[in-house]
Amino acid sequence: MKNIKNYELRIKNCRKNKIIFLLSFLFCLWSFACFSEAVSSAELIASAKQYDGKEIVYRGEVIGDVMIRGKFAWINVNDTKNAIGVWLTADLAKEVSYAGSYKTKGDIVEVKGKFNRACLEHGGDLDIHANSLQIIEKGKNVAEVISPRKITTAIVFFIICLTLTVIYFIKLGYGNKS
Amino acid sequence: MVLKPHLDDFKIIGYYLGKITIGIGLFMLIPIVCALGFKEVGPAFDFFIGIGVSFLCGFILTKICFTDKDLNWMQGMIVVSLSWLVATIIGAIPLYLSGHFKSYLDACFDAMSGFATTGLALIQDLDHLSYAHNLWRHLIMFVGGQGIVIVALSFFMKGLSGAFKMYVGEARDERVLPNVIHTSRFIWLVSIVFLVLGTLALGITGLLNGMKVHNAFFHGACIFMTAFDTGGFAPQSQSILYYHSMAFEMITVIIMILGAINFKLHYHLWTGNFKELFRNIESRTFFVTVTIIFIIVAIGLDKVGIYQHTLILFRKGFYQLISGHTGTGFQTIYAKQFINGWNQLSLTGIILAMALGGAVCSTTGAIKMLRIGIIMKAVKEDIRRIMLPEKAIVVQRFHHIKNIFLDDKQVRAALLISLCYLLLYAAGALIGMFLGYPFVASLFESTSAAANVGLSCGITNATMPAFLKITYMIQMWAGRLEFMSIFTLLGFLIAAIKGK
Repeated sequence: MKNIKNYELRIKNCRKNKIIFLLSFLFCLWSFACFSEAVSSAELIASAKQYDGKEIVYRGEVIGDVMIRGKFAWINVNDTKNAIGVWLTADLAKEVSYAGSYKTKGDIVEVKGKFNRACLEHGGDLDIHANSLQIIEKGKNVAEVISPRKITTAIVFFIICLTLTVIYFIKLGYGNKS
Repeated sequence: MVLKPHLDDFKIIGYYLGKITIGIGLFMLIPIVCALGFKEVGPAFDFFIGIGVSFLCGFILTKICFTDKDLNWMQGMIVVSLSWLVATIIGAIPLYLSGHFKSYLDACFDAMSGFATTGLALIQDLDHLSYAHNLWRHLIMFVGGQGIVIVALSFFMKGLSGAFKMYVGEARDERVLPNVIHTSRFIWLVSIVFLVLGTLALGITGLLNGMKVHNAFFHGACIFMTAFDTGGFAPQSQSILYYHSMAFEMITVIIMILGAINFKLHYHLWTGNFKELFRNIESRTFFVTVTIIFIIVAIGLDKVGIYQHTLILFRKGFYQLISGHTGTGFQTIYAKQFINGWNQLSLTGIILAMALGGAVCSTTGAIKMLRIGIIMKAVKEDIRRIMLPEKAIVVQRFHHIKNIFLDDKQVRAALLISLCYLLLYAAGALIGMFLGYPFVASLFESTSAAANVGLSCGITNATMPAFLKITYMIQMWAGRLEFMSIFTLLGFLIAAIKGK
């Protein structure tokens, strides 16, 4: 009798464990699904406490300079709302070939790494410590597009300015002579 | 009876306004050189148009209103207040043509923010702005910090006796040297020497931090101009956070403090009188207020627990505090973090710092240290008067370049200007709340605008109501000129309508 009871208890425990294991697995899957999708900078800044210390995926354009600091580097990645600093190895940073500026469209990258609301290593900065970097879209040099109307207006104003300046100096010359 | 202004008044105002307009146009030659250097053709055309408009308006004004008469006090004040509006409208032309603004009002907002050395910005996609336009944003802060009219005084007017009236109109009632032209030239000398040193220091730090050579020195020059003139614009959208460098932060803290020092004190330091730094009422008051407010901010940040280490708490808290207190507006945190990460106590500390400001005759805005010092001395005097026997003669004195006995006139003037500032902060906060923003955020942004600081907790952006944009512009204008010249302009307009 006692053995049967023990057996039932063991089966119950086993079921319980299975349920816990299944739930944990589902939770892991859910969190993976949640955090493997790229998070926007606005969300990271607004819900920094929630994402603090978590592995996240962040996507955006590399802007400004790729700042190599020894074996590591800083890049700033802008997702059109804000730019966030990404700390990564110098080798990963060297994969970036274009950083966005007036004449350049920077590489669109996807970084996976740990998000820090107030990074202990970097003086409390809100940053991402990247484990991996993937170039989603290669950047390029952008040609300037100037509207003909702007050119005409500028030339007209330039001629007016030149005429006025010449008149001013001629008058100044007459004034000095008199 | 209010007297209607004479035609001569309009002519004199128009003539000097015309000269200043031409002066602003001439300043646009600098970004043109920059555009040509970086082979930016489009931006060069934007500045040619800007110069064209300013020259045309300037020549027309000087031609129509030609006069050889000198300015009186009223005319000088009006020229100053109007020249800031004209500079805003003309300075916004190349900014708007850059295509980085949603409307001309937004470009004017940034131009006013620049000239008034505030630092609040509505620009879109700053990270892709051309070098020439970026230089212009920083240059207008440099010109605005020195005083638009000071620039004109130094370069375009020789020995004008009305110069002092305009100098005072730009909220600088102290002369470093006996002659106002020499004073303005000394201010330029100090600024240029520091510009070279500051650019070198920041440029070399940038290089060591891994920036490209041209970017390091370009950023160095831009950041120096806005740090020394306590402006707060930065070449990248992340402000100082872009550099991820403690050395960069430390250098900017030093430059911000140098910018918040009275130019008279600069003169004494230049001539080797270092004792003045420790005796001066302004530097003493600044030290006391920074200490007290930092304690408030630190307690607030400690309570909220965002920064786990004391050093990190100090680095973040102290930087935003100095940035706010000197009226600069550089940030090493994101605007939204003020609301989401900091608590109300630490925010109140920053608001307090912004409301107080730096020294008089410096490039900062807000109430300023001399006035706070005088008010504190007056409070001390009154307390002593109550405590001592009735027959006792209570005299209070303070040291500001020389020993000065405190009198009621000084206290009245200090209290009056302080009251005007407090009303201006409150008015902006009320309008913010009226438009649906929470109290603390509204007060923070309003104080930042009126005290010409530029720290933002996120309200200032291109989508905010146009009415609030105009409100902040008026606050920046009134705050920078310290009210008197604006009151004179209002009086002049009333007299022009109602006068007989």
